[in-house]
Amino acid sequence: MSKRNKISNTITYVILILISIVWLFPFVCLILQSFRSYITESGGLVNYLLPKTFSLDSYKFLFSGDCQFFRWYGNTLIIAVFVAILQTIFVLMVSYALSRMRFKGRELLMRFWLVLGMFPGFLTMICLYFLLKQFGLTQAGAIPGLILIGFASSGMGYYVCKGYFDTIPKSLDEAARIDGANRFQVFTIMLIPLSKPIIIYTALVAFMAPWCDYIFASYIAFGYSDSYNVAVAMYRWVMTNDYQGYFTRFCAGGLLIAVPVTILFMCLQKYYVEGVTGGAVKG
Amino acid sequence: MSKENQPSGNKIGGFFKAIGSDLADIGTTFTQGNWMTKVSFLIMGFGPLLRKQFLRGIALLVTEIAFIYYMVSFGAGYLKDITTLGTQGRGFNPDGTVSYGDNSFFILLYSILSIIIIFAFIFVWRINVRQNKNAEKLLAEGKKLPTVKQDLLSLLDEHFDKTLLALPFMGVFLFIVLPIIFMICVAFTNYDAQHQAPAQLFTWVGFENFKNLFSIGSTGFGSTFLTVLLWTIVWAFFATFLNYFLGMVVAMLINKKGIKFKKLWRTILVMTIAVPQFVSLLYIGKMFAADGLVNGYLMKWGWIDQAIPFWTDPTIAKVLIIILNCWVGIPYIMLICTGLLMNIPADLYESARIDGANAFQMFRKITLPYMLFVTGPFLLTQFTGNLNNFNIIYLLSGGGPTSMKLTGGAGHTDLLVTWLYKLTLNNTDYKMAAVLGIMVFLVTAVISLVVYNILPSVKDEEGFQ
Repeated sequence: MSKRNKISNTITYVILILISIVWLFPFVCLILQSFRSYITESGGLVNYLLPKTFSLDSYKFLFSGDCQFFRWYGNTLIIAVFVAILQTIFVLMVSYALSRMRFKGRELLMRFWLVLGMFPGFLTMICLYFLLKQFGLTQAGAIPGLILIGFASSGMGYYVCKGYFDTIPKSLDEAARIDGANRFQVFTIMLIPLSKPIIIYTALVAFMAPWCDYIFASYIAFGYSDSYNVAVAMYRWVMTNDYQGYFTRFCAGGLLIAVPVTILFMCLQKYYVEGVTGGAVKG
Repeated sequence: MSKENQPSGNKIGGFFKAIGSDLADIGTTFTQGNWMTKVSFLIMGFGPLLRKQFLRGIALLVTEIAFIYYMVSFGAGYLKDITTLGTQGRGFNPDGTVSYGDNSFFILLYSILSIIIIFAFIFVWRINVRQNKNAEKLLAEGKKLPTVKQDLLSLLDEHFDKTLLALPFMGVFLFIVLPIIFMICVAFTNYDAQHQAPAQLFTWVGFENFKNLFSIGSTGFGSTFLTVLLWTIVWAFFATFLNYFLGMVVAMLINKKGIKFKKLWRTILVMTIAVPQFVSLLYIGKMFAADGLVNGYLMKWGWIDQAIPFWTDPTIAKVLIIILNCWVGIPYIMLICTGLLMNIPADLYESARIDGANAFQMFRKITLPYMLFVTGPFLLTQFTGNLNNFNIIYLLSGGGPTSMKLTGGAGHTDLLVTWLYKLTLNNTDYKMAAVLGIMVFLVTAVISLVVYNILPSVKDEEGFQ
């Protein structure tokens, strides 16, 4: 039996190591290629992995004034921070109302929002574009516009948070109310401190989304490079391909974007897992 | 959900009954109410103001004034053109300057807004009537009316739900509901590249676009629509279930007794979730390009003579996308399964082992049924999410390869949603994009409803407990 166990464990290790290689391979490639020089070698796609000479050309380009990389970076950071804060507030508000209060039309509202969620998100893209344009929130004003789009309808994503609230015993609320607290106090003084994991989860997910937002960002900032976010800018770099080494610049830029976001995510991983698992089981 | 199973006749009958009794209630309030109540029917908030409920009175009065001002100065002007969506296009004055006529886009948008505002106003008016009735009743019983302070405080207590939901509700309304109604209307117009307001007006065309979507001809969208729809469903099926089973297997491998560095394996996989998708997916997409890394090495090692057309051959592209999606999806499933697998009672396995079951039998008879039961609703959301999985397709293949056989700029790996995006952005064919959006909604809604009702965990909540 133990010999069989040993063999099966060895096989498992081999599989896990293979999996790890496959999953890490693209990242390793990305890092290696970002150190390729576009002056002495090629800055586009090549058929070899290790750069012939180690160079920081791509990074120098990003840090020099020749491109707006850090402006795009800042844009995305601003959007992400604001969306994370405002979306978390909205989600908490909606979750409390739906979890703790019973009012007329509650079921109807939940079902209505569920149905709304079945429409593809960017069906409404053109309409939103013109709406925002009316208020000057496109092109030059795309950053506030994107923040608005990011959080305005986020109340619909209350499921995970409400599920969490539902697990906090209602007897706690009642005890506080007997002591004379009103619902606002119950919400802010008691419930919110108890919900730290779910608040971090909500904020983390909201913070990550703008870094990948290509659809709306490309449409709303259309043709105005000052308002690009990193996803839009990097997508354009990749599509220019061989031209002047923009591919290796994309690798370098992508790395600079991925590292802080990944570190943040890894630090808060525990909360993410908690939120995702909780949400999945409740459905 | 139990309410949805009621016969629909009841529901509609109940709805009309409710309206009937509501109207009767309004009538009795008017006939039996005093003069303050009667005046309030015309001037909202009149009654509450005289009864010293200043907050409610002013709020109602301001609503009415704002409504009238909006309709007179803004709404009515658009609303009168809703049947034609404008008749006067852009033209030139005799002196050569441009004269702007109607703008179909804003006529449609603001008409919808005005109609909704009218309904909202009727709703507020009904509240106004009920307020008067309740106030009179309270006074007749000799009780005191709530003061302004009490009203304000109630917004933080018994009416806290209204305070909380007001802003999120408005956000959803302005950014989701209004645009969706607008786009549904656009599906019945000829709004496209040739009819862009304000230069050229667009107008109602009835079901013309839907006919176009289903017409199988050289110009119709029919065959393309069916091809894309079929691939969307095939894709969603594989993307969901392949990831699900492989993810579960990986989770079981990591959870296996005697395996060390569990945390390390998990962290490596979780990296995929952490790195922004546009970085990882764009890079991986380029790895498989004709002059990319994979083809480069395969040729260098002499395994192939010519580059494999990963993104230019429709079949290879489709298979590759499904495989690459595992790279994205497995870590996510692995995370979810890890926790759940530990919840399965160990004695189930113990007794199975005593009965002589092997590992595969235990997986099939214990693990799989349990997991399917617990994650049923999650699988459904995954499936509908994959139907609309924009990022993977757009960042990896961009929907390509395109083909002469497909109309509307669609490619072979395009999902309905990425096609919708291309129709909007590249072809500015808004009317067909809107029709397609409605189709996506129908597909999602039908699948959700059907699957939801046959899920074991919905039918039998007590099972496995």
